[in-house]
Amino acid sequence: MNVTRPGKAPVEDPQGSLYASHQKVYPRSVKGTVRQVKWAVLWLLLALYYLVPWLRWDRGAGVPDQAVLVDLSHGRLFFLWFEIWPQEVYFLTGVLVLGAIGLFAVTSLFGRVWCGFTCPQTVWTDLFMWIERRIEGDRNARIKLDQGAHDGAWWKKKALKHAAWLGIAMATGGAWIMYFNDAPTVTLDVLTGQASLTVYGFFALFTATTYILAGAAREQVCTYMCPWPRFQGAMLDENSVVVTYRGWRGEPRGKPEAAHGDCVACQACVHVCPTGIDIRDGQQMECIGCGLCVDACDDIMDRLGRPRGLVAFETLKSLAASQAATAGMPPGEARFTAGMAARKPQKVIRPRTLIYSGILVAVTALMLGAWLLRPTLTLHVERDRAPLFVQLSDGGIRNGYTVRITNKTRGQNTQLILVLEGPQGLQMLVQEAPLDALGRPILAARDDGISQWRTLVTAPPTLRLPENTPVTFRLIDAEGRSIAARGSSFLGPRP
Amino acid sequence: MPTKIEKDHISGQETTGHEWDGLKELNTPLPKWWLYTFYATILFSLVWVILYPAFPIQGWTGLTGWTARGALPAQLEAERARTEPMLARVREAGLQGTADDPELRAFALAGGRIGFANNCAGCHGAGGQGAPGGFPNLADDDWLFGGTLEDIHHTIAHGVRAGESDQERGIPMPAFLAMGMLTPAEIADTAEFVLSFTGRATDEAAAQRGAEHYEINCSSCHGPAGEGMREQGAPALNNQIWLYGGDRQSIIRSIAYSRAGVMPSWQGRLDPAMVTMITVYVHALGGGE
Repeated sequence: MNVTRPGKAPVEDPQGSLYASHQKVYPRSVKGTVRQVKWAVLWLLLALYYLVPWLRWDRGAGVPDQAVLVDLSHGRLFFLWFEIWPQEVYFLTGVLVLGAIGLFAVTSLFGRVWCGFTCPQTVWTDLFMWIERRIEGDRNARIKLDQGAHDGAWWKKKALKHAAWLGIAMATGGAWIMYFNDAPTVTLDVLTGQASLTVYGFFALFTATTYILAGAAREQVCTYMCPWPRFQGAMLDENSVVVTYRGWRGEPRGKPEAAHGDCVACQACVHVCPTGIDIRDGQQMECIGCGLCVDACDDIMDRLGRPRGLVAFETLKSLAASQAATAGMPPGEARFTAGMAARKPQKVIRPRTLIYSGILVAVTALMLGAWLLRPTLTLHVERDRAPLFVQLSDGGIRNGYTVRITNKTRGQNTQLILVLEGPQGLQMLVQEAPLDALGRPILAARDDGISQWRTLVTAPPTLRLPENTPVTFRLIDAEGRSIAARGSSFLGPRP
Repeated sequence: MPTKIEKDHISGQETTGHEWDGLKELNTPLPKWWLYTFYATILFSLVWVILYPAFPIQGWTGLTGWTARGALPAQLEAERARTEPMLARVREAGLQGTADDPELRAFALAGGRIGFANNCAGCHGAGGQGAPGGFPNLADDDWLFGGTLEDIHHTIAHGVRAGESDQERGIPMPAFLAMGMLTPAEIADTAEFVLSFTGRATDEAAAQRGAEHYEINCSSCHGPAGEGMREQGAPALNNQIWLYGGDRQSIIRSIAYSRAGVMPSWQGRLDPAMVTMITVYVHALGGGE
């Protein structure tokens, strides 16, 4: 792949300069199939982002009723039916792993569709450019405006644009904090000045990043900041669908005459490009694969009465096949027919895609299994470290334990009986626990939380135990079924 | 300045003009705003150094005069304000009230653990396991001055033989050899008799002789059968727990030269709520009485 830097070398930079001035990109508006798909994706994703925090979800009394909420102060993550505790963050990690592998798989099949259609940077930049066009006009009007005098009209347009951008940025920053706070409450708090400094801080942070990244930085985020373009080349191969210029059909460029190819050098593909590159230079790191040049070129081909697809989504293998079939042929219908006939279908099943889908299936199965088998009630027993054991006045030995029950359910019967399994004669006392009819301690685990009891186990002087005796604490329900168990040890002096 | 800038004929890019043993570097210019961001971070650090004590010069406090130590009182004050409502509730509820209320009890156990670690663990050990040489184990079932909440609270509040409170615990034990009250042989006999409480006497005649000395000198505090007496803090001599060692030599030494543990009075040193919380914590260590 031929990698070049964005745009052309700026003329004002002296020769040999190690620093390049930013060349502003003025993308032209475009209509077409790809653009329509992009609009649909854009509005759908924006609607999801802004509206999801307002989605309510009944979980019962005393529990947040927001469908998607990261409740940091209470250490819970709510996502529709799912509720995750901090120690279960690996489920989130699993989702991220799935996302990454999914991204690899999609990239190996369809190129940079993530970058071109769904990446937040692309979506918000697209939205900001739409605003910009509504206020300042299309490409030529904007270039003229920037080159012209800074008169009243200039100030008015610029102020209006930046105000609109700032409004969107604030809505974006505002929506972000709603994912971490109850949306109606935090909205009211922010508006009335009641919210915490943290909330205002993150509100300001995400407002600023949206405004700067989508308003000013734009394609430079993709080119200079984002690591993804740097290594996505490893996911792509000659069987991935990418945006290509069919040079075999377009060259040599020029006026639409017999001696020239289909490319009329109209620059339409360059003018619509949001990153300011020329797709005819081949595959480039800066190309985000949005396909707007496809729409632009199709429009020109329609006007010239030529078939569409001079710039098209195609695999590099197919492109090379057409190239080879038309090598040395002069421009004309014969070359076009030969090139189109030589195209090759995409090879979807190949080691790369098989491995990616294999990992996807495996990780999904693993996650699903882990979720379904996840215990909702766990028992932990922590033995006292200091003192390791206590000698009693009658010569008996006592060990102290902290018994902890983690209950991830709500509204279920959690009156459980704790029994100790170990040598006959060991006596267990659970502080603050009532006893059942058989004199066994009843532990009432509180809903959706961790309860703990200090527990003392005593070996009477008549019971001679070794230095270390394994014991098991077991929780049973009223019917005697084992609910959870945890092994520990009972320590004493060397006999 | 690099002088030998060339155009690379493969990529069409210029080189930086630098050459290392024939290796040349393509010039891929950094965006200028990136460079300016770097300058901005340098500027930020300069401002930081001027405002804050960030320069390694003795006495340089920065223009703001900020120090971590100077910021501590405000943080402590904020922390006090945060915990004060609960501490007030503990003071209000009193000892038994705190121990009975589940919420206050949980708070007292957590706060008492910290208070114990800060003030008591130095002698009594983490977890209250005590230490040899007269620092009692607080996790066992033998209490010198009583193991009820009230008893423990009184001991912590007024201290032991420290002369800091007129309600303090413990009276001194005479040093029977040093004060000339018993001869070495009589002390050995008395020790033999004390050992007989736990069935460890080996010289029946000596124990018989010692019984008489014990009756006259020891039983008023330690009890006729060695059961101890909590009013004086006289330890029981008829069980398995020995504060200063239970072997013959240790017992002889204890009789001859006396033993007396000392603990300061914590009333006035600690917040009343903290004394209450430490009491609840200590009571829970070994179950109390």
